[in-house]
Amino acid sequence: MAQPAHDPSRYSYYVDDSLYSELIADFEILRHDDPTVEDGAERDLFRGLVEREARLLDRLQFKRWLEFYADECLYWVPSTPNGGDPRREIAVMFDDRRRLEDRVFRLSTGFAWSQAPSSRTVRLVSNVEVFASENRDQRLVRSNFLISEFWDDETRTLAGWAGHRFRKIGGDWKISAKQVNLLVCDQSIRNPSIIL
Amino acid sequence: MTQIERAEAARLGNFGGAFDWDHLVQEDRVHQLLYTDAAIFDAEMRNIFGGTWVYLAHESQIPDVDDYITAKLGLRPLIMTRDGDGIIRALYNRCSHRGTTLCRFEKGNKRSFQCPYHGWNFLNNGQLRGVPWADGYGQNPAKDPKFNLAQVPRVESYRGFIFGTLNADAPSIGDHLGPIRKPIDQWLDRNPGGKVVVCEANRIKYKGNWKLAYDNSGDGYHVLYSHRSLLETENRFADETAEKGMSYYKTAPDEQPMYMQYMGNGHHFKDKRPNLQPRNGGLWSIESLHPGMEHVAHKLRTRFGDGAEALLDLAGSEPVNINVFPNLSLLGNHIQVFQPLSFEETDTIWYGTKIEDVDGTIGEEVLNDINTLRMRTQEGFPNFGEVDDVTNFEQIQRGLRCQEDEWIYMNRGLGIPGRIRTLEDGTIKAPATDEMFMREYIKEWKRLMKAEPALTIRREP
Repeated sequence: MAQPAHDPSRYSYYVDDSLYSELIADFEILRHDDPTVEDGAERDLFRGLVEREARLLDRLQFKRWLEFYADECLYWVPSTPNGGDPRREIAVMFDDRRRLEDRVFRLSTGFAWSQAPSSRTVRLVSNVEVFASENRDQRLVRSNFLISEFWDDETRTLAGWAGHRFRKIGGDWKISAKQVNLLVCDQSIRNPSIIL
Repeated sequence: MTQIERAEAARLGNFGGAFDWDHLVQEDRVHQLLYTDAAIFDAEMRNIFGGTWVYLAHESQIPDVDDYITAKLGLRPLIMTRDGDGIIRALYNRCSHRGTTLCRFEKGNKRSFQCPYHGWNFLNNGQLRGVPWADGYGQNPAKDPKFNLAQVPRVESYRGFIFGTLNADAPSIGDHLGPIRKPIDQWLDRNPGGKVVVCEANRIKYKGNWKLAYDNSGDGYHVLYSHRSLLETENRFADETAEKGMSYYKTAPDEQPMYMQYMGNGHHFKDKRPNLQPRNGGLWSIESLHPGMEHVAHKLRTRFGDGAEALLDLAGSEPVNINVFPNLSLLGNHIQVFQPLSFEETDTIWYGTKIEDVDGTIGEEVLNDINTLRMRTQEGFPNFGEVDDVTNFEQIQRGLRCQEDEWIYMNRGLGIPGRIRTLEDGTIKAPATDEMFMREYIKEWKRLMKAEPALTIRREP
């Protein structure tokens, strides 16, 4: 079916059923023990990209962080440990480009009480593995994270693993999709208002 | 003959003596101790979360024989089972031998539960099936009903919502719900077959008393301020899409057709539907922006023309707050549950709901599109609205540490002639920002705290 031309920051036409199917299939790969890329230089490249994203978030550089994502991107925090199917299950977060920009916009309004003052975070990223792909312009990367978050008199830890789907767009590697798997994804979370 | 046991703990334990409830709960204000006192919280776990009907689970969470989920009645851990005869039971998750929890998983399908400590084995109807080396007992415990699992003596469903109470004298759940049944019926009946299915949840914990959430559940006064970041975000493309979401609170909310209604027994109802255009697509037209919405709308409109609007409304957030005292709130398409953990800690669980193609008229592909969109619309408020509310709840809890400043006010609308109307059925109507519902539900709270209803448990014979 032909669809109107659109700006994904403004209109959400690209989130369709085939996108969901592809997303589920891609992140399923990161749940298998398939061989990962041995090449040190390639691992370093993607480790650097994941670390850069973590730094931008710790520094609250949300505009630059958004630039690191593909125009038609997805950001997914499942509410079940196996990832599940976001077509049938509510997720902790499931954002397209526009909703990611909503998230950043909300934080900038000055009225997001849950982030006034902002949480201070430091992210440790480790165990970065690049999964082999037949498509030279796509890489799936699995990494572990530990976020220490100081907010309201308390430092707490959010731990888990992330899947990144990188795609080469216009010569640059961009995050096409990210899946954040929190250890506590199906438990009550206090003030889940930072970008993970 | 079923065994009923009268609980004696309230008499035997030291629960801090009597409170002067009439002093603590006044016409226009309540004392901060209601939110900050551990002994009052303990009394609530008996008199409220024991003495009246409490929401436990939804039938769609245990659809098949031998399904179970764990749940809570106040602080009491439960296993909600559908036993071999299809009967829904709320078993105490507590071994009758030494008190161990029997089940540590959140859901599954099991015919029996074996205690991990000494191996006592119970059927999912609560009966003790056997114990290791029974010859060590004079009489085999499996033949003595006192060793069957304790269970909630009254468990009744209303259209899929399962409630339980330890109060043997409570009216039927239907009578207890009373007038709030009508909005519940309407909330269900807008979906195919008049039913919804629970599908996972957004779960948010806050460090504050559970009543802060129940106070807020009907509060139309906070929306413009507590949710200012949400309102600004969902209307940030003001050129074309202003008036999304709860924008009708922006100017003179008390002059809008929406209203608040107290429904008796602590239940209350905020109805924002009258603010909408009464047409197919009226609900969808104010839905804020969600992933995939233009794609699905375009697809359905191309295929069904004007018929698409009613389908899109099924993914839209129903603008009601149906609050069933003390722990259930139906809002948008969510089944929200307030789960107290201590006087200063509460979980709010926002169960998502999806619809079924009950009579085969929607078709698999369209059903998938609608439900997918319905997931995305439901993720909006917990992410962009609730986080700010619970922050304010936590900051109330902190503010109340100023213990000499004793009173919390709920007097908005009180004593203003013509503002509040009592209807023939005894329900009470007020403008949407009125605190009338707080004044009314806390009377029911006070009644139960004074009454100290006798609590019972039940065992299989």
